[in-house]
Amino acid sequence: MSEPVNGVSAEDVKKIARLSRLDVADDRLAPLANELNGILSWIEQLGEVDVDGVEPMTSAVDMSAPLRKDTVTDGGLRDDVLANAPKKEDGFFVVPRSVE
Amino acid sequence: MTDLTKLTLSDALDGMAKGEFSSLELTEAHIKACEGAKKLNAFITDTHDLARQQAKASDERRAKGTVGLLEGAPLGVKDLFCTEGVKTCAGSKILGDFTPTYESSVTANMKADGMVMLGKLNLDEFAMGSSNETSAYGPVINPWRNDVDLVPGGSSGGSAAAVAAGLCLGATATDTGGSIRQPASFTGTVGIKPTYGRCSRWGTVAFASSLDQAGPIAKTVKDAAILLESMSGYDAKDSTSLNVDVPKWSEACGQSVKGLRIGIPKEYMIDGMPTEIQALWDQGVEWMKAAGAEIVPITLPHTKYALPAYYVVAPAEASSNLARYDGMRYGLRVDGDDLNDTYDKTRTAGFGDEVRRRIMIGTYVLSAGYYDAYYLRAQKVRTRIVEDFENAWQTCDAILTPTAPSAPFAVGRKVTDPVQMYLNDIFTVTTNLAGLPGISVPAGLDKDGLPLGLQIIGRALDEATVFKAASALEDAAGFDSKPEKWWS
Repeated sequence: MSEPVNGVSAEDVKKIARLSRLDVADDRLAPLANELNGILSWIEQLGEVDVDGVEPMTSAVDMSAPLRKDTVTDGGLRDDVLANAPKKEDGFFVVPRSVE
Repeated sequence: MTDLTKLTLSDALDGMAKGEFSSLELTEAHIKACEGAKKLNAFITDTHDLARQQAKASDERRAKGTVGLLEGAPLGVKDLFCTEGVKTCAGSKILGDFTPTYESSVTANMKADGMVMLGKLNLDEFAMGSSNETSAYGPVINPWRNDVDLVPGGSSGGSAAAVAAGLCLGATATDTGGSIRQPASFTGTVGIKPTYGRCSRWGTVAFASSLDQAGPIAKTVKDAAILLESMSGYDAKDSTSLNVDVPKWSEACGQSVKGLRIGIPKEYMIDGMPTEIQALWDQGVEWMKAAGAEIVPITLPHTKYALPAYYVVAPAEASSNLARYDGMRYGLRVDGDDLNDTYDKTRTAGFGDEVRRRIMIGTYVLSAGYYDAYYLRAQKVRTRIVEDFENAWQTCDAILTPTAPSAPFAVGRKVTDPVQMYLNDIFTVTTNLAGLPGISVPAGLDKDGLPLGLQIIGRALDEATVFKAASALEDAAGFDSKPEKWWS
């Protein structure tokens, strides 16, 4: 494969975890790096396939993207939308402060 | 009266049509079976009272002459399909007690056809697994066992175990890399993944959107055909839904396979495959020949790249799909110091190990600088796999392979290398990548008395040929073994 991939470090795992919005305990970083490297080195064999001039797959059966009129087909379901909220008040979701 | 839980779906529908028993009687028999099978852990949520109401309503409809395709049949639903008013959690803690206010299109079709729903079936968390051991609700135990508890396969392990144990007449399932067919093989049941786009994905919890496809697990090939007829159909709410007619597939079952060309791909003869599975495959070839089919050797040269391509595409799409679980709008929320800390804590507490591993692989392969090298390349390899099949269809009409590279294995088997578990899908994953229909049919027992399945793969939209060939295989195999009832 064209990109350098072998060798995800513990530091890389920390970065990936950050991007994934997951916490990884410090003592799990190195074992997880090993696991990911195992999987990634197995994936490496895709580099053997000649894909010059090959289009990426889009669908199994040739079909054009369906179009419909740009009209409202749904809505007015505030209570349904809020029904499973972990926290709600007066018809709104309650979320942690994100702007100081 | 005969044991109603031993009937096939087809025979049960006939029995109700003839007035031999009511849907309520049939449903009560299955509720009793479910109550006696808690050890299998097949269901996450029971809906027995709802089932009784639906059965009574079905009997009333029948009395008035309204009879749907699944009228009055007690069935199970994999807990990946959203069901209005009934908890749907995808085997994950992160969805908490999520109770949809809407119905998935697949189960809506089945309800409209008269389904009675017994409950929501256990599965690997977000359908990620091949043994049903990643469920936050504990592993499902295979009704088939030898000395130890065995896995039912995954991810549709609850669906397969429930059908095999006679807890329901059939069940919905989903298949992203083999999650219908491998559990069917492990439990002596029939499971079909149809052509991508046959069943709407709307309202089904998403794993990898370009691969996910719903289908049934059933006791017989004909039962699977009846269920798939109900589940399929165009849905404007899924932009990848195919706007094509749904044939009467049940009528294809039992048709002659004389002159049908069955391809045998040499690349599926892998190193380390148990000799019993090779022998069963050879036996399958003989059965198809004896039924009048013509056997054609074929080549699918990119087969070995299917699993690695899958383990780029599936985690990449999963990491995007699972980004929605942020603890804000539904499901679990674990409060942190600020918004980002709340996201991190919620997702870390809510997702299990395997799901977290796949989210991280997916995030990595989609991250800046790696998209072309991984995702784009894997999607191009998919095109190569599609080309392999298109070449094969020049000389054959269907393909015969084993379903899984092993018989069911022990619960808790130590798997230190995740790739070892991924190899379960080696024979099934190609059809997900190419979007083709594939069915698993129980074909025999191994030396320990455990079931093994064979797979038939067909052209896109040609489920009719798949059902025809599978039905011939079923007739020839005459598989009528049942697990010994140890669980109640």
